[in-house]
Formats: sequence, structure tokens, C-alpha cells
Amino acid sequence: MEAFPLESNPALPHEAEIIERIEETPTIFTLRLRFTDPALHQRYSFMPGQFNMLYLPGVGEIPISIVSDPEDEHLYDHTIRMVGRVTRPFAQLKAGDHIGVRGPFGRGWPVAQALGQDVVIATGGLGCAPVVAMINYVLRRREQFGRLTIIQGVRHSADLIWRERYEAWSQLPNTQVLLAAGQAGPDWRWHTGHITACLEDATITPESVVMMCGPEPMMVAVAKDMLLRGVSEERLWLSMERNMQCGFGKCGHCQVGPRFVCKDGPVFSYHEVKDLLGKAGF
Amino acid sequence: MSEQRKFMPNARLDDLLAQLTRAGFQLIGPQLQEGAIVYRPMTSVAELPLGVRDSQAPGRYRAARGEEGGRWFAWANGPQALKPLTFAPREPMWRAVAAEGRLHFAAVLPEMPPTAVIGVRACDLAALAIQDRHFADEPAYQARRRQLLLVAVNCSHPAATCFCASTGDGPAASSGYDLLLDELDEGFVVAAGSEAGAGILALLNLTDADPTQLEEAAALLGRAAAVQQRTLPAGDLAATLFARLDHLRWDEVAQRCLACANCTQVCPTCFCHSHQEVPALDGSHSEHYREWDSCFSEGHSYIHGFKVRPDIRTRYRQWLTHKLGGWQRQFGRSGCVGCGRCITWCPAGIDITEEARAICAGEP
Ligand code: SF4
Ligand code: SF4
Ligand code: FES
Repeated sequence: MEAFPLESNPALPHEAEIIERIEETPTIFTLRLRFTDPALHQRYSFMPGQFNMLYLPGVGEIPISIVSDPEDEHLYDHTIRMVGRVTRPFAQLKAGDHIGVRGPFGRGWPVAQALGQDVVIATGGLGCAPVVAMINYVLRRREQFGRLTIIQGVRHSADLIWRERYEAWSQLPNTQVLLAAGQAGPDWRWHTGHITACLEDATITPESVVMMCGPEPMMVAVAKDMLLRGVSEERLWLSMERNMQCGFGKCGHCQVGPRFVCKDGPVFSYHEVKDLLGKAGF
Repeated sequence: MSEQRKFMPNARLDDLLAQLTRAGFQLIGPQLQEGAIVYRPMTSVAELPLGVRDSQAPGRYRAARGEEGGRWFAWANGPQALKPLTFAPREPMWRAVAAEGRLHFAAVLPEMPPTAVIGVRACDLAALAIQDRHFADEPAYQARRRQLLLVAVNCSHPAATCFCASTGDGPAASSGYDLLLDELDEGFVVAAGSEAGAGILALLNLTDADPTQLEEAAALLGRAAAVQQRTLPAGDLAATLFARLDHLRWDEVAQRCLACANCTQVCPTCFCHSHQEVPALDGSHSEHYREWDSCFSEGHSYIHGFKVRPDIRTRYRQWLTHKLGGWQRQFGRSGCVGCGRCITWCPAGIDITEEARAICAGEP
């Protein structure tokens, strides 16, 4: 499935209405959007791992991963973490408000490669929207994929959002959930320590397709572990984050060496980016 | 376009400008202003820098009227030529209007009249070809670009900072022009590089250049290449530079570099720009601008309270590894066309060829 770019001018936003605002945590919220132009709304399509630029007048634009399912044609969900001057005003939005949206941009997860394969999803840090889209994608088409392993490391157990979802996922057949918290609260039944602590319990075949998101040192650590288990570099994928202003390879801010994160990524194979991954300054 | 090259006596340069004006082009050409050769709107030959000579060195630029007479184009490129004409230093991209709870977006496209640029040099044509690719799907750039007619001049007097012969981008212009001039004592050898150029040339009704004139033009170009002293190191610079990311020279150059961003501002291939939201005071609408940015700026690599490149060492390394290395993969060629501007306009006199050589030399 090819993603369909909105219009011929990729820099120009389109009006979208907020249908619902979902408070995930005090600092994380989800905006469900619909393009106000019905034809545009119909035409729009994306793949998990791609992102949109969301725009608020007087504030500016932010790149936000699309977390809803590509086949949910009625609404497009964007989960946003409040991290600064630009995201804060987005938190004030409510149902019925209008914003600007342009996208989808970038290359998403290797859905085609993962079909019929075991899928490992590893994330670190706070709520990592790009992989949530992929987890949802696999669960919705469960029979099209092999074993699903979800690995997540957080600094403090309280940082884990959607904890009940992880609990529910862990009950599903052919699905393993492994969580680690650097510091654990009283009711934490998972690992305590670094994400690598729970890798020991993971059953991973060399044919797995691994998708990662989070701090780069964590992704490097997980990738090294997977390589030792015989997973090839071409089957290791990661979503990167950089300063992004245009979204389509023009403004230059997102470059990592020769690559534009917005256009060549944000999802890269480990093979493509290993040379500069985790290298300070790139 | 391999039609016969013509000869245009000095006295007919005015006619060329007149034909361009008659064909509906506004003219932009080199002029001596405040001690530098800059490209500005012009109407007559009298505004061209006749007899002006320049002298350039790392961190140093002088241009002044020399002896009486002299030539019109006996100088090397000043701080800027084509880039600001196609990739504006700052311009609105679109406007958002808020009314009754709704939002309306409208693209803002620049309105540039057909424009003939006089005296474009080979390095800038090479840089333009790169930017044409980079901004191929960018409406504002294309709206300006379409309006340009380029009258190039082969370089006869490179500056000490020029090294286009080493990058293969000059001193002769090989493509991308509409008309091409070689300046001789008595006049110009003129060639057309496009239909539009050929049309103008035909109107001038010139005689064919004779073999002596063609030889003289070739000799000037040969000399202009031969006098260049600076070169970039040979070989696969992308591989070499990315293998030397921990070279001590990065620390050393960071001691001299002021991170002023002059190099990226004068560089004809640098494309980085930032977006800016400029709301109207009454909140009724906003303009979304873009403005040249630089990998030397504080905010260039900023993300969530963190800078990917917090210090001058990593910023200088970004500039050099992108320009001479990363560009290879992005555009199939180096991002440096050898214009030497970053050397001349660096207040600290940092020389890209010297830094590249130092980093490529010795142990990784
Ligand atoms: S890097 Fe320097 S010499 Fe090369 S094109 Fe840019 S300004 Fe000119
Ligand atoms: S990253 Fe630096 S060197 Fe590369 S285009 Fe941008 S400003 Fe120029
Ligand atoms: S976000 Fe502008 S080039 Fe990638």
C-alpha cells in the first residue's frame, strides 16, 4: 500500500477538525482528527510509522506520528506528549477546534517484510507513538503475523502509559510482553532494571523482524542483543527523532549524515544507520 | 546548442541589454556597491563594474575601480550572486486565516518578473543545478526559477580563494546558461545555451567569431584554471571524512571557528532554512515564513530541550562532512563548487580546502 500525499504543495496545511481529545496521562493526550474537506479525508492514506505536521495558528508546526490504523478511515489519531513551548498550546485544544494538518511524511515500518514473520517491538522511554501504531496494526491482523514480542523499558514504573493495555496484550495467545522499569513502584510485577534485563526472557528467532523506538543508546543496546541472536541487520528497524520543520527533505534540520530523517526515515534499517547511530553530533 | 559562436564588439554590450529589456526582462547585474561586487537591478551598461578589480584572501575581500578602461568582468565572484534570487533569504510560504472558528490556508507564491541575470559565473551555475534538484518540488523556488534567463561569463580572473578547477565546476561554464560570454579586449565571444538565448543572439545579428578570437578565449580560460592554487583532496571524501569523525583537527578548528554562519550564508549550495510563524497582532491571521538557517546556529539541531550539536566542534564537523561527504549520497556529487566564498568571507580566515586536507591526512 502506497501512502497518498495530500496535495501538490507539501508545505501547505489543510484544515482538520478535532473530533475528540483523549487525556492519556496528565502530560500525554491524543487528538482524533478529521479533515474538514470530505474528499481530502477520503483520499488521505498512510502507513504505521509515518507522521503528520500538525499546525496551530500563532504557534507553529510539530511532527506527530499517526497512531490510528490505516484502515480506520473515519479518524486519524495523534498522541502528543507535552514537552515544551510548541506542544503546550496543543494540549489546550478540545473537540470542535480546528487545526492544520499536512502529511503523511516519511517511510513507515516494514509492514511487507514483517508479514508472516515473528515481530519484536522494543521501546524505551516515555510513550513511543510510532511503535504503538505498529502494535495496533499487528493485533488488528493477528493471523497475518507470527509470534509477537513486546518489550518496553521505562525509567520509572509510573512512566508507563497504557499499562492496562500491556496487561491485556500479555494475555493474548502467541504474544509475549516484557516490561522493565529502572525504578519500580509497589505494584510492579515486571522486571526492575534496564531494558536489557528483560531481553533474557525473550524468545526470539533469527527470522524475527524487530522494530525499535526510543533513546538511541537503548536502541543500540537492543540491536546488539538481537544481532547476537542471529537476527540480520536488514531485519532490525528503528524510528528516529530529529528537529523537523518541513517534513519532506528541504529544510535540512533532520539530517543524520547523508540521510534525511523526515524523508528517508523516520524508520530506518539498522544496516542503513548503524555507522552514525548513537554518535554524538549526528 | 552547438551553433556558431559569435563576436560582439564592446560597443554592442548595450544592445544585448536593450534586447533583453525589450524582450520583457528586468536586468540584474554586478555592481560595485560599498566596496563589494553585488548583483542588483540595473538598466544600463554604465552600472556594470567596468575596470573594477578585486583581491580576495582568507578572511579578506577588496574590490575597487582600477585603471581607466579595463574590462567589465575582470573580477571573481563577490559574496552572493544567484542563490538569493531563487531561494529567498526570507519569504512567506503560506498564510492561515482564522474566521468563525475555522481555518483557511493559502499558499503565498512570489511574484517575480522575468529576470535576466548578467555575468553569472560557472560555479554559480553548478550550484544552481544542485539547488534546482533540491527544490524541484518546491513551488516558491520554482516560481522564481522559471523567470530566470542567465547570461553567463566565463571567468578570466579567478580570485586567490577560487578552486573551481579542482571541483570540476569552472572556470568555464559548461551548461545551465542561456547565453555565454567570453570577454576579450575588443569585445565578447558569445554562445547560446538555450532556445531563449539563441533567440536573443539572433536579434543581435552578430558576425561569427574568428579563429583568433576563439583561441584567445580558450587561452584565457586555460590560464584562469592554471593560476588556481587551492584544491580539495582527491578521492572519496565521503568515505574519508566519515571515517575521521574523531580526528583532532575538529577540536583544533573549533578553537578558531566563531560559528557565525557566514560560510553557510555565502555558500551557493547550502539549502537549510527554518520555519517561522508570524501571527498578526489582532490574531486574525498568521503568516508562515521560511528563512535561511545554518547548521552553525544554536537551534538547528534542537529537539525537546536537547541539542544534537551543542558545540562548535560538532557544528563545524556537520558543515564539512555534509558539504563534502553527505552531499555525495544526496545529490551524487560534492556540495562544494569551489567558489571560495566561505574562505573569503570567514572572519577567522578558515579555509575549507586546508581543513579538508588536514582531516584527510594522517591517522583516522
Ligand atoms: S563550500 Fe565554500 S567554496 Fe564550496 S561552494 Fe560553498 S562557499 Fe563555495
Ligand atoms: S547542514 Fe550545514 S552545510 Fe549542510 S546545507 Fe545545511 S547549513 Fe549547509
Ligand atoms: S524535516 Fe526538513 S529536511 Fe527533514
